[in-house]
Amino acid sequence: MIIAPEQEIQWIAAVTAAACALPGVFLVLRRMALMSDAISHSILLGIVLAFFATGNIASPLLIAAAAATGVLTVTLVELLHRTRRVKEDAAIGLVFPALFSVGVILISRYAGNVHLDVDAVLLGELAFAPFNRYSWGGMDLGPRTLWVMGAILLLNAAFIGAFFKELKLTTFDTALAGALGFAPGALHYAFMTLVSITAVGAFDAVGSVLVVALMIAPPAAAYLITDRLPRMMALSVAIGVASALAGYWMSYLLDVSIAGSMATCTGVAFFLAFLLAPERGVVAVARRRARQRWEFAQAILTIHLLDHEGSPQAAVESRERHLHEHLRWAPDFARVVVRRAESAGLLTRTGEHLALTDEGRASARETMANV
Amino acid sequence: MDLLTDYTLRTVALGAAALGLTSGALGSFAVLRKQSLLGDAISHAALPGIALAFLLTGSKATPVLVAGAAVAGWLGTLAVMKITGATRVKEDSALGIVLSVFFGFGLVLLTYVQKQPDASQAGLDRFLFGQAATLLHRDVLLISGLGAAALLGAAIFWKEFKLLAFDPDYGASLGFPMRAVDVILTTLLVVSIVIGLQTVGVVLMSAMVVAPAAAARQWTDRMGRMVAVAGFFGALAGVSGAVLSSLTEHLPTGPTIVLCLTGLVVLSILFAPNRGVLWETVRDRRNRSRLHMDAVLGNLDDLARHHADPQHGHAAAVLEAMHPGAHSELREMEARGWARRTGRDEWAITPAGRGEAERRAGLRGEDDR
Repeated sequence: MIIAPEQEIQWIAAVTAAACALPGVFLVLRRMALMSDAISHSILLGIVLAFFATGNIASPLLIAAAAATGVLTVTLVELLHRTRRVKEDAAIGLVFPALFSVGVILISRYAGNVHLDVDAVLLGELAFAPFNRYSWGGMDLGPRTLWVMGAILLLNAAFIGAFFKELKLTTFDTALAGALGFAPGALHYAFMTLVSITAVGAFDAVGSVLVVALMIAPPAAAYLITDRLPRMMALSVAIGVASALAGYWMSYLLDVSIAGSMATCTGVAFFLAFLLAPERGVVAVARRRARQRWEFAQAILTIHLLDHEGSPQAAVESRERHLHEHLRWAPDFARVVVRRAESAGLLTRTGEHLALTDEGRASARETMANV
Repeated sequence: MDLLTDYTLRTVALGAAALGLTSGALGSFAVLRKQSLLGDAISHAALPGIALAFLLTGSKATPVLVAGAAVAGWLGTLAVMKITGATRVKEDSALGIVLSVFFGFGLVLLTYVQKQPDASQAGLDRFLFGQAATLLHRDVLLISGLGAAALLGAAIFWKEFKLLAFDPDYGASLGFPMRAVDVILTTLLVVSIVIGLQTVGVVLMSAMVVAPAAAARQWTDRMGRMVAVAGFFGALAGVSGAVLSSLTEHLPTGPTIVLCLTGLVVLSILFAPNRGVLWETVRDRRNRSRLHMDAVLGNLDDLARHHADPQHGHAAAVLEAMHPGAHSELREMEARGWARRTGRDEWAITPAGRGEAERRAGLRGEDDR
């Protein structure tokens, strides 16, 4: 079976996005999104050290060493935080630049001429992924990156499937999880190992900064759309894969960085969710607010009219023009409220005089009773 | 040492010092407000601004690119505020999204610039990793000028920034427009970050904001001193990093400065007076041994009181049972003349020991005996 390189790249992009989105859901929910940033940078050190040890850029030891560095990052952040000398965010901001700096210095001092440069690590180069292939007995098995990311996707799915209850509980109620005898610490480190492995696999394809986009933006978008964890996970994967494919096509059409386009598309996806999410989107919230504002104004108007109904001042108080003085409404606003109330059948208008209908009276009484 | 004679080194060192001073001082506010990672987001978010500024003007002049970086960095911060303000997405996710998406878009623009036939983009990617060696004399003037302006701004709004860092609600109740103050502080922070991109690069710039402040925090509890010490640490690390990297071949300046800062942080956390981990350990140990001594001395005193002959010796095993580890305290008491041996491992309290026991009980407020 022969697949064109363009299709292989799209498969790699989609699988990488899916593999990143799964652990990303828990990072977003546990408010540890920036751990992915820290880990994806500091793994450089592990990769460099393992490369010096093996002399082979394709050695599986690189993945193991990088994952270990990821866990080291998490441990150092916790250690630093536990001295109570710095806050957690500062601890993150101290640890990963230090580890990353050591990695960069080692590369520029000792690995000047080998295929290991900081650009590739930070930015990734998906376009070259199809050139690096696995073959077995002379048979071409496809790009290495696709196998690696496929394996990581399965690993992530299996881990989350196996420990779903525990992950859910430690995410939403750490105290209860501890009381029930779960070991949140062990699970935490196991999970961060998973994040590290995912970051290592993905940074090869999309670079360390854009791993963060694939891990965080799709889950954050999904978080705006749904309240249910399984649905959030499915949506995250869908948004991630769609952004990755759209990003590929954007880069193809404009002839620009694939990884950059993918990250941009995750940003677009998040922005769309930010605007249009059914209940929490900015548009939905604004419409709900506007509707509540009109409903509130109508209620005030009906109560005002009911209050003065049959009283000597009724003739004065129930004129639209008077609302300006009494309720401090701008004339335009008052006119719209009256028109809306009229078309809702709450009042009738004869000349300037406003009179409640039976329905309007009932609605005003109901509002007052509810207050 | 040719710091004074070598033109390039002097330029780089001066630039790094001005940068470290500015980012260290302004970073103090960010760290106190738990916004350490905002610097990371701002520096990444600046990238598309740099590329766009070049695309729009065709100029690679540092002031143009820095202006583009500042606008983009500022928009990135605004995006973080909007996301956290208008949705339930938390600050960490908002920062992650802004830093990675803006950076990704910046890459798209950079690769687009690269394709432009007439425009060599060389010089643009120096902002990714920072190339201190490309600093020119006029760049240093720009860094120093903008840095001085940012520091001046911090001095003018000192009281307001202090309120913002420690008690924004109180500030609002006093009638200060805290949102505007926040915007001003963020703008100054953006300025202090974008002037560093050319020297240390996007990725490591966040350390220039966090590390000097985190180190300075260990040395003082006072805001003014903290800002001053952080500025000093930033400048110190800038100069040290520039000199070290010039002395050694293939030692990039940005990472070297960051490692100097890391060293300062570690030293401060371990050895700073009062807050240093080392002093705390010493203090803890001293307190603990004092408590042990209190206990054993008190026990021996009690035994003496309840015995007809106060000079009667008591078996160490009894004292050991009353307070495990009594043996070493007894030897210590013997050395100080508070106890004496009356037989093989039998001990009695001396008059001096009784005096000391009473004094210590008094200090504990147990003078009701």
